[in-house]
Amino acid sequence: MPGAVRFMQGNEACVEGALYAGLEFFAGYPITPSSEIAEQLSYRLPRQGGRFIQMEDEIASMCAIIGASLTGRKVLTATSGPGFSLMQEALGFAVMAEIPCVIVNVQRGGPSTGLPTHMSQGDVNQARWGTHGDHAIIALTASNHQDVFAITVEAFNMAETFRTPVVLLFDEVVGHMRERIILPQPGELALVERLRTSVPGGVDYHPYLPREDGRLPMSDFGGVHRYNVTGLYHDMWGFPSENPKVVHGLIRHLVDKIESNVDNIARYKAYYIDDARTVLVSYGASARSALHVVESARRKGQKFGLLELQTLWPFPHDIVGEAVGRAKRVIVVEMNMGHILHEVRKALTNPSNVFLVNRLDGVFITPTDIRQALRLIEGKGI
Amino acid sequence: MNRTRLVFSGSGGQGVVTAAIILAEAAVLHDGLMAVQTQSYGAAARGGATRAEVIISDAPINYPMVVQPNILVCLTQEAYSLYAATIRPGGLLLTDPHYVKIERKVDAIQQQVPMHDTVSAQIGNLMVLNSCMLGALLGLRPLVRPESVLTVLARHVPGQFMDINRRAFCSGLELTKAEKNRSEIRV
Amino acid sequence: MSIHKYLRERFFPHIWCAGCGHGTVLNGLIRAIESLGLSRNEIVMVSGIGCSSRITGYLDFHTLHTLHGRALAFATGIKLSKPELNVIVPMGDGDALAIGGNHFIHAARRNIAMTALVMNNRIYGMTGGQFSPLSGCGMTATTAPYANIDPDFDVAALATAAGASFVARTTTFHVKEMIDLIRQAILHDGFSVVEILSQCPTYFGRKNKMGGAVEMLNWYKERTTPLGSKAKQNDPSLIERGIFMQVDKPEYCSQYEKILQKAQSANSQTKE
Repeated sequence: MPGAVRFMQGNEACVEGALYAGLEFFAGYPITPSSEIAEQLSYRLPRQGGRFIQMEDEIASMCAIIGASLTGRKVLTATSGPGFSLMQEALGFAVMAEIPCVIVNVQRGGPSTGLPTHMSQGDVNQARWGTHGDHAIIALTASNHQDVFAITVEAFNMAETFRTPVVLLFDEVVGHMRERIILPQPGELALVERLRTSVPGGVDYHPYLPREDGRLPMSDFGGVHRYNVTGLYHDMWGFPSENPKVVHGLIRHLVDKIESNVDNIARYKAYYIDDARTVLVSYGASARSALHVVESARRKGQKFGLLELQTLWPFPHDIVGEAVGRAKRVIVVEMNMGHILHEVRKALTNPSNVFLVNRLDGVFITPTDIRQALRLIEGKGI
Repeated sequence: MNRTRLVFSGSGGQGVVTAAIILAEAAVLHDGLMAVQTQSYGAAARGGATRAEVIISDAPINYPMVVQPNILVCLTQEAYSLYAATIRPGGLLLTDPHYVKIERKVDAIQQQVPMHDTVSAQIGNLMVLNSCMLGALLGLRPLVRPESVLTVLARHVPGQFMDINRRAFCSGLELTKAEKNRSEIRV
Repeated sequence: MSIHKYLRERFFPHIWCAGCGHGTVLNGLIRAIESLGLSRNEIVMVSGIGCSSRITGYLDFHTLHTLHGRALAFATGIKLSKPELNVIVPMGDGDALAIGGNHFIHAARRNIAMTALVMNNRIYGMTGGQFSPLSGCGMTATTAPYANIDPDFDVAALATAAGASFVARTTTFHVKEMIDLIRQAILHDGFSVVEILSQCPTYFGRKNKMGGAVEMLNWYKERTTPLGSKAKQNDPSLIERGIFMQVDKPEYCSQYEKILQKAQSANSQTKE
């Protein structure tokens, strides 16, 4: 039985996805263009016994969700660029202490206060490298509300599976746009629940000793196991350690648990790829303009295709290389100065065939913008 | 593939964004169509220039913005000056003579409908101007069924204001139905 | 012997310098907890960064060693998520009131039932003796070689003004008083603050020619006085100890319970 047809904003679709995934705790601070997420959850969460708190800033919001996650809850915060900058230190803590949590960044124009009500995708590399030190991260995105819902559910699933923060990189256009969505029925999408230790009380529980499969079962704060959690390098007890073997083992574990699962984490959509001579690679709202160009080109018999990425980090180099490697031209469409452009180039044996089509003025890139750039790339002039 | 691109423009507080949402929601939830709705935001919620966009189609909509509308509604002189030139040839430009003095010649059907004066005289509350505008629009172009709009209105509008919204919507519908039966003025 | 069960002896020896007051705070804290008969499983201890913050690692509770200044923000998430837990937040003076000052006043404003212990040694010890917002004018530190011109906070007055409903001050010399005040703070249903003057002979003492730990403890004995004492009238420069604020007012998690009830009764009336 299909679910209910609804008409809503992308931010609301994210809220619906989070609740479907089992969200129980939200902490946040108002910021355009993400505030609708906090507003909706302040209303929805307490109706089903969940908890909402508006903190004093984004730093505190990120810290609060980490605390709540340790008590066993599925947690979320939502923000935009300036707030995401403030969250970086605590995001690194969640990486180091392996705390499942989901952070939404509805991107707007930056740097600084930038363009609060306009479209940008300028935070892609911030999601990857915004917090200091070597680490791995998962960052996901989507271009339409049905996918926003599904990818939000995936974000919670991956946060639990890999014990890691997951960043949802939406943008102002998808966040504020209203469109049709069919809300999935309960059971329609798979949910991953927290893996808890089976070690009984009174027996030593090692919070940071991975199982054979690399996963680390958790124990809720307030339960029978008392252990330490720290942002310092730590041993299997969670106790600070500067032992070089411990330090090396931990950094490798933190990176490998994600990088070695890149194929499992990769989510993407391929449109008309198989025989495409010109392949557009895009993501988020920009992928909508790209798909518009591809479909109208196909109607004219031109062999265009689109690879829409939903997983941006870890970047699926092999999958991208395989999908677009045979194309004559690869056009990366993104609303920034080329954040995934370089990753796409890395994925290909002939990077000189990869071109960037972008827009930096806060105006959502149009199909005409892309077509004009294509003509220039093809040497046809505008 | 049928596709109608609409722009509603005016000033903050006139309800153009709400009208756009209601129209698009009616299309999606009650008429089995696809629709997307977007709006341009500024820092001011009241009094600043606003613009809301809707695309209604029987096929999926990728690019969600409206660059050249088939239907343009302008409820301020400023909006008219800004956007009149963007209308598609042969499109419909709906204005209200109370707010907008027609100035330029555009290749479109310019329909002036006295929505402000009608609402003032019949209802006495300009809060429902946007409902009247939706009625007037649907009288000229039956994009969705009027009863779909009324159903959505009932969900959006607080109970005590539903009656005046319904009356405003119906009076708008009557205004242009009558107008449409006469000749459309091509300026 | 019974207080030893609260220690993770596996992780000793501790990192604190000889003569540091923080071990005395640890001692007072576990004695207060023991006197309350609390189960170790119902206590969560959250700390930030600095010498003080290492206290959590040595204690056999649910312990969270977080970021500099952010302990109260993490703790707020834990407490609101599971209000039945006892949340205790030991912090240093720079930790609580410089980098963490905003979280401190907002936790106080919410009156969320947690116990903040400000272990005030008036210096950044772990980073090597820089001045803190509690060093005070005229003091010397590694970043105030010509004497400090930054005025200090009165922690008790700040906490009270921000809305904390239990505010007290004591020192590492007055250990029995410390145990009693921590005990009362934990029992208090609201945001409770205990400022504990704690000596740092390594940096604050040495930089300001205050002698070793014994001399600094003697300073606490001689330069502090119970709240409202006659000695204070005679010598207004004395630092007062005791309970500055103790009042019943709505606690944050209890208020949120009411929101839950309100939202859920609306739920049963209008099914979406």
